[in-house]
Amino acid sequence: MIDPINPPGRKNPLLRTRLPASPPRPRSRTSHGFTRAAAEGRFVLQRCEACGVFAYPAREACPSCLSPDLVFVDAPRRGTLLAETTARVPSDVYFRERAPWRIGLVKMDCGPTIVTHLHADCVEGAAVRMSFQLDKSGQAVAFARPEGETPNMADDRQWREMTADPKFRRALVTNGRSVVGQEAVAALKAAGAKTVFVGVSEPWRPFAGEELLRGQQGIEVVTLDAADEKSAVDLAADIGGKVDILVNTTEYVRPGGLLDRRGTSIARDEVDQAYLGFINLAQAFGPAMRMRGADGINNSVAWVNVLSVYALANWPAFGAYSASQAACLSLSHCLRAELRPGGIKLMNLFTGPVDTEWFQTVPPPKVAPRAIAQAIVSGLRGGLEEIYVGDVAEEIRQRLAANPKALERELDR
Amino acid sequence: MQSKNLLELAGAISSGVVRVVDLTFTLSPDFPVIVLPPEFGQAAPVRIQEISRYDGRGPAWYWNNVTFGEHTGTHFDAPIHWFTGKNLPNNAVDTMPTKDMIAPACVIDCSAQAAQDPDFVLTVPIVEAWEAQHGRIPERNWVLLRTDWSKKGWRDYSNLRDDGAHTPGPNPAVMKWLVEERGVIGFGTETIGTDAGQAGHFEPPYPAHHFLHGAGRYGLQCLCNLDQLPATGAVIVASPLKIQNGSGSPLRVIALVSST
Ligand SMILES: [Zn+2]
Repeated sequence: MIDPINPPGRKNPLLRTRLPASPPRPRSRTSHGFTRAAAEGRFVLQRCEACGVFAYPAREACPSCLSPDLVFVDAPRRGTLLAETTARVPSDVYFRERAPWRIGLVKMDCGPTIVTHLHADCVEGAAVRMSFQLDKSGQAVAFARPEGETPNMADDRQWREMTADPKFRRALVTNGRSVVGQEAVAALKAAGAKTVFVGVSEPWRPFAGEELLRGQQGIEVVTLDAADEKSAVDLAADIGGKVDILVNTTEYVRPGGLLDRRGTSIARDEVDQAYLGFINLAQAFGPAMRMRGADGINNSVAWVNVLSVYALANWPAFGAYSASQAACLSLSHCLRAELRPGGIKLMNLFTGPVDTEWFQTVPPPKVAPRAIAQAIVSGLRGGLEEIYVGDVAEEIRQRLAANPKALERELDR
Repeated sequence: MQSKNLLELAGAISSGVVRVVDLTFTLSPDFPVIVLPPEFGQAAPVRIQEISRYDGRGPAWYWNNVTFGEHTGTHFDAPIHWFTGKNLPNNAVDTMPTKDMIAPACVIDCSAQAAQDPDFVLTVPIVEAWEAQHGRIPERNWVLLRTDWSKKGWRDYSNLRDDGAHTPGPNPAVMKWLVEERGVIGFGTETIGTDAGQAGHFEPPYPAHHFLHGAGRYGLQCLCNLDQLPATGAVIVASPLKIQNGSGSPLRVIALVSST
């Protein structure tokens, strides 16, 4: 059993902030099958299509029958901890700073044996539940947790290195004018965030739900118009060193594509809000976040974008909006790479039409803002990179993977 | 007029005998803009993007790219802004007569009434009472409505509620009367528009826009420092940017006020 982590005190200004270090990065191309699964919180192993044997680590041929026909498939997560060991003086800088570090050998029920990072509550001979997690280098590593819940389970030191749990951390939700933003604030608060800063643009303009934010314990309303360079920079000057999790809830949805719109002023607003707003936020907050990746219990850990799933495939009814989302998706991959040296995770949530006024005439199913907020928290707790919220998003993803051209035709109606 | 009089004026300005009062808000991204229902086209807010600031992007110089809508900040409305003025000659900011850019002003102080009632409307009897005290409004004068609205915080300044903005302005009768009976060159306010916040419900809607621009006259809004102007005798300099076929523009509005 592990002790709960304590709320961190104020920083000692005499000490240099520990700079982030990264665990070893190299992986074979094949092992990125695990990276892909870890990004979505799935557990996969290679399985031989010829003889059905599960294999680990990633390889090019079946260890049993030498068939090259190995595919990554969802695999049962249960195994037994055979042996454990503690690295006390590792040579790698990252692990040396975090020593002692426990690793173990797990025999999977489905066959293979896996060298894995260990949750402190795992004991030899007992059952464990395996997952692949993205470490501070963004690479998939095996992680064993006890099969059942244990007290303060999420507070485990090694587990917390793999995740971005809001507990005791300080989050910035960039747009509190939207229901999604307001739900995100509530969910982060409920998940134990110490402070949730919430951005409100044009504070002179009243908005529904304002009373949920103002004057609430642990919620600080701040002026932020992400599309305005100076506004983002000014806010970062105030709180940039205290943002451990940034949740970009920019929401600017307008119907229409190209031919039934006149001029570019709406498109310009879409780009201004979604794309340039993203750039402004990244330039204002990104550098300090990257620098604070190893800054104690409440180190900087994650950047979250709420994106439309139509970033992946254009939906002509909201065609220009889809394009603005695609631009943000592309930019998010750039930011993910640039945040990597700090060990900061970048998580994208993809949603179908949300149950808000701009999708009013779109038939259900629509995503409830609360479902998005809950997915943000569970994604942070699980240390994920990609989340598809709701049936529409999940379906678009699957149809895109199966046949992009078919999806294009299907969205065109 | 002899050129020596002009030089005297310049001397009086330089010596401070004639004060130059700035009636302009700073053009900044956080200044409230007019709010229309979201399905309409929207006025772009002010955006200021650094090109360089004595840095790698330009080591010795600081400059910005600036974007804004024509009706942002302290701004000028030209007749072409409204449908009633769309067919008039020289109705845009680039073609309007330059002589219309300088004119005297009558300032009607309704700050007490506006403090009591955000939906205060200026009426003909109020202006007639003002005339009884200060004399008849001469032709080609600006009429500026002082409400002290410019001294409010932004939220009270825009004063948006569920049923729209609640800010003072003129009623239809007084606008028609000022234009037709007094021949004003324009009408100016401290609020976000020349019309009252609820003027969409007037008949006709937005009477200041309707009557002013229909007669080729002008509007000024988001003015400040009207409390520093005398009831009569100030001269307003309001020259909008020369935007091609522009319907209006942010501008620096100044008033010349004699201190004697
Ligand atoms: Zn095989």
